[in-house]
Amino acid sequence: MSVDRSDITKVARLARLKIDEADVPQYVDNLSNILGLVEQMSAVNTDDVVPMAHPLDAAQRLRADEVSDTNQRDKFQALAPQVESGLYLVPKVIE
Amino acid sequence: MHTKTISQLSAVLRSGEVSSVELTSLFLDRIKQHNLALNCFISITEAQALEAAAAADQRLKAGNAAPLTGVPIAHKDIFCTEGVKTTCGSKMLDNFIAPYESTCTAKFRDAGAVMLGKTNMDEFAMGSSNETSYFGAVKNPWDQGRVPGGSSGGSVSAVAARLAPAATGTDTGGSIRQPAALCGLTGLKPTYGRVSRFGMIAFASSLDQAGPVTYSAEDAALMMNVMAGFDERDSTSVAREVPDYSANLENGIEGLKIGLPKEYFGEGLDGNIARVIDAAIKEYEALGAVVKEISLPNTGLAVPTYYVVAPAECSTNLSRFDGVRFGHRCDDPQDLFDLYTRSRGEGFGLEVKRRIMIGTYVLSAGYYDAYYLKAQKIRRLISDDFRAAFEKVDVIMGPTTPSTAFKLGEKADDPVTMYLSDIYTIAVNMAGLPAASIPAGFVDGLPVGLQVIGNYFDESRLLNVAHKYQQATDWHLQVPKEFQ
Repeated sequence: MSVDRSDITKVARLARLKIDEADVPQYVDNLSNILGLVEQMSAVNTDDVVPMAHPLDAAQRLRADEVSDTNQRDKFQALAPQVESGLYLVPKVIE
Repeated sequence: MHTKTISQLSAVLRSGEVSSVELTSLFLDRIKQHNLALNCFISITEAQALEAAAAADQRLKAGNAAPLTGVPIAHKDIFCTEGVKTTCGSKMLDNFIAPYESTCTAKFRDAGAVMLGKTNMDEFAMGSSNETSYFGAVKNPWDQGRVPGGSSGGSVSAVAARLAPAATGTDTGGSIRQPAALCGLTGLKPTYGRVSRFGMIAFASSLDQAGPVTYSAEDAALMMNVMAGFDERDSTSVAREVPDYSANLENGIEGLKIGLPKEYFGEGLDGNIARVIDAAIKEYEALGAVVKEISLPNTGLAVPTYYVVAPAECSTNLSRFDGVRFGHRCDDPQDLFDLYTRSRGEGFGLEVKRRIMIGTYVLSAGYYDAYYLKAQKIRRLISDDFRAAFEKVDVIMGPTTPSTAFKLGEKADDPVTMYLSDIYTIAVNMAGLPAASIPAGFVDGLPVGLQVIGNYFDESRLLNVAHKYQQATDWHLQVPKEFQ
């Protein structure tokens, strides 16, 4: 399995990653090689195998729907690049 | 004093022979002396360390000390430590002062252990050489032209150079065991769910597990006594009683059934390493263990399968780094898309971007069944191999790595070759089993690790099996010349 330039551009867009034009050939090579390694999986018959999502096949634990933490907005927003009046600021989205 | 195990340091602190402040200062001095060359620490938390050491001394005097009270240790920079920069080896988090404490580091803090600093690592724990760190490569104390392994390379390099007597690490595909092998240390990856992942920055959530890096199995037991346990803040934490990991260290191992998977001794294994491992197995036979050849037929599929599962989970986990709430943000974003793509493009390094791309690709429309679902099915087959093996044997042994530490830069440009250096460690994470790497000898002056794989939650037995070997040998006590 190999990928081409247009795959790289498409996947980079889906992943919200800016990739320089000059680096695209390197990604084409690297990803094609990695997918070549991954391709070994296709030789195995897995028709009757149940997928394993989790090592211990554990069920999701539930708890009562109660408040378990306090509001720490100011503390967390102190880490943000841009905030105002308790809101996170981003470039204008709606005209 | 700097070459003592934490078991010995715990004793000298109690006897009053040395105070925690003196001990902490000694290790801080050693870090300052050697960190420029080895680059194993990203942050040195001197002021906090001395404060914690003074508090530990009070506690020792008052007679309410725990075994690790006053013992200095280092934490991998993947654990959030409140008020201390937590980078995960990435430019993305170069400005991130963690607003809360991980459960793992909180447990050490509460036990009175003193944090010396945060250790270097492959960016977001993605790497096997510690060369993907934004903060630069880490050097192997046994040969500074070589890599220490990764991703817990900083923790392992620091302990091997005796800049810290023990450290925490994390292991997603071998990131504790592989560097421990390459630097001559004892490293343990516990059963998935045994140690809380709360506050441990996520890479691949169904594989990540924290564990100790120490000189000896006896020390690893002391660390596990602090780290292990249920945590309601980690939804995959296992509610199961924590044994005293020190209690069974001295048990005899006569009659222990050791399985040797033939797939771990075939093509690709360096002949000199094979000889070291054979000698270690002979030592176990001399101690009364019984050896049996077994087969783990799907071993060869572990690396290909891992490079679907881990990138898929990583691409999902790392979507939280968006340049909005914390972490790196690009200058002058034109619009929201530009803000996301440039912040992430600038904040992540090459290997992280590669893995996000692979993960996004295998999860994208039309490919999910062929890649991710297929990988989850093969994961089941890999896991079933181990289940079948543990019906016949008590532990599984083999080499931790196919070669000794490689040269800096040697594999940096070829991701697939780099990935294959984890060929013996990855299957264990896929299955969620516990495994240790223990020092078993040297090839041309470079350490070799013996991997010991146990059944689910059988860490006590792993540590017992490792300890008996360490009583009969002294590979684990060897110190690189420059750091003696």
